[in-house]
Amino acid sequence: METLLTIIFILLKIIVVLMPLLIAVAYLTFAERKIIGYMQVRLGPNRVGPKGWLQPIADAMKLMFKEIVLPSRANRFLFVLAPVISFGPALAAWAVVPFGDGLLISHLDAGLLYLLALTSLGVYGVIIAGWASNSKYAFLGAMRSAAQIVAYEIAMGFALVGVLMAAGSLNLNQIVLAQQGSLLHWFWLPLLPLFVVYFISGVAETNRAPFDVAEGESEIVAGFHVEYSGMAFAVFFLAEYANMILVAALAATMFLGGWLSPFQGVPVLGELFAFVPGAIWLVIKISLMLLLFLWFRATFPRYRYDQIMRLGWKVFIPVTLVWLFVIGLGVLGQVGPWFD
Amino acid sequence: MNTLNSIRYYFKSFMLWELLLGLRLTGRYLFSKKITVQYPEELTPLSHRFRGLHAQRRYPNGEERCIACKLCEAVCPALAITIESEQRADGGRRTTRYDIDLFKCIFCGFCEEACPVDAIVETRVFEYHFEKRGEQIMTKEKLLAHGDRCEAQIAADRAADAAYR
Repeated sequence: METLLTIIFILLKIIVVLMPLLIAVAYLTFAERKIIGYMQVRLGPNRVGPKGWLQPIADAMKLMFKEIVLPSRANRFLFVLAPVISFGPALAAWAVVPFGDGLLISHLDAGLLYLLALTSLGVYGVIIAGWASNSKYAFLGAMRSAAQIVAYEIAMGFALVGVLMAAGSLNLNQIVLAQQGSLLHWFWLPLLPLFVVYFISGVAETNRAPFDVAEGESEIVAGFHVEYSGMAFAVFFLAEYANMILVAALAATMFLGGWLSPFQGVPVLGELFAFVPGAIWLVIKISLMLLLFLWFRATFPRYRYDQIMRLGWKVFIPVTLVWLFVIGLGVLGQVGPWFD
Repeated sequence: MNTLNSIRYYFKSFMLWELLLGLRLTGRYLFSKKITVQYPEELTPLSHRFRGLHAQRRYPNGEERCIACKLCEAVCPALAITIESEQRADGGRRTTRYDIDLFKCIFCGFCEEACPVDAIVETRVFEYHFEKRGEQIMTKEKLLAHGDRCEAQIAADRAADAAYR
């Protein structure tokens, strides 16, 4: 009885987190089309429903009713498994993201490690999809993706190590609490290079423009998901957007103070906005990071493959290594308000 | 001087300076006025020289203008026009068959320019479709019927362009 109640309670918590997340994923696609449209002096989708607000639902319906084509020489098991592998970790990672002080599904002390493991796992979906499709384009996409991930995973890991050193904990709740004080206490300031590296690596990790060589529609059609159609394709699509939201949430949690109010420590405004729940602040921060994702896509042309490799290996990794050293000195000397 | 330049170059690229410039540009466009024309409700203005669906005209007394001179057939670069003619009982020369294949037609307007009696014209109609095979052939009957429907617009467009012809 006791265990049953616990299980039901855990499931409820998962639903409370995942339902808004899935709706957010659907509407992120809408926001993307609108924002990119606006930046190209177009209106974007505005026909389905009032002002186009039902567009994501129409898209979902269309994809659901489409046939899933299995290529004849494909590995059927892996072909079907790949979208699930890329989508699953993007959802599972939310278990350790805190929405308020102690408001998280799982109080995992090795939360950061868990996140690092899960965000790297999503790439296997891409690689398996490319291999299982038995198509040259898909395979090329998977290879590119694999090489890109190897390069950027390291920089991303180092950036997280910097956060870990500054916060002195792997628990995400602790990491947020360590940023308490004011806007200037958040880690974006002392860890600015790591923040930039983390976010750009995050863009690369989610295969978003300008790092979308794995898709590369101009040279390899759609890369790893050429052979996918219908709902299987939709799951890849969902995975991409869920991963975007996840990266944005992690950047907000680790560098922008998570659920902390930006007015904390400010004389009048601090008390005025004290009633706002932390989850709202977190959502606002996530939305701002997501806006950056869309903005990048509307602005930058795709990196050439060798440029991606150069940026990853010869710029990001040295920069993070140097900054880790700087943080080490800061922690050792207990500098400023951050490392005390 | 050279080292200074390279230092400045490295500093700029580390600050992501050019990328920020790009972001600023698209950011400004985000708030600019949108130029989308919402087609079925809004239409862009059409020129009186617009070359859309073909029509054949008549004289005010109801007599068809075409005299089967076949200049349009000869000038048509896409070979879309087929004409057969015969002498009528009153001695007048008229077509018995005048077909324009709309799949072949490239809407260049040469037929219209070649016509000595302003019989074949292209109208402003550009929204049409076919549902069965063979419907893409504009026969003489269809051309004349379309001309009868749009005569007012056709005449107005010819009058507007008369000064330049």
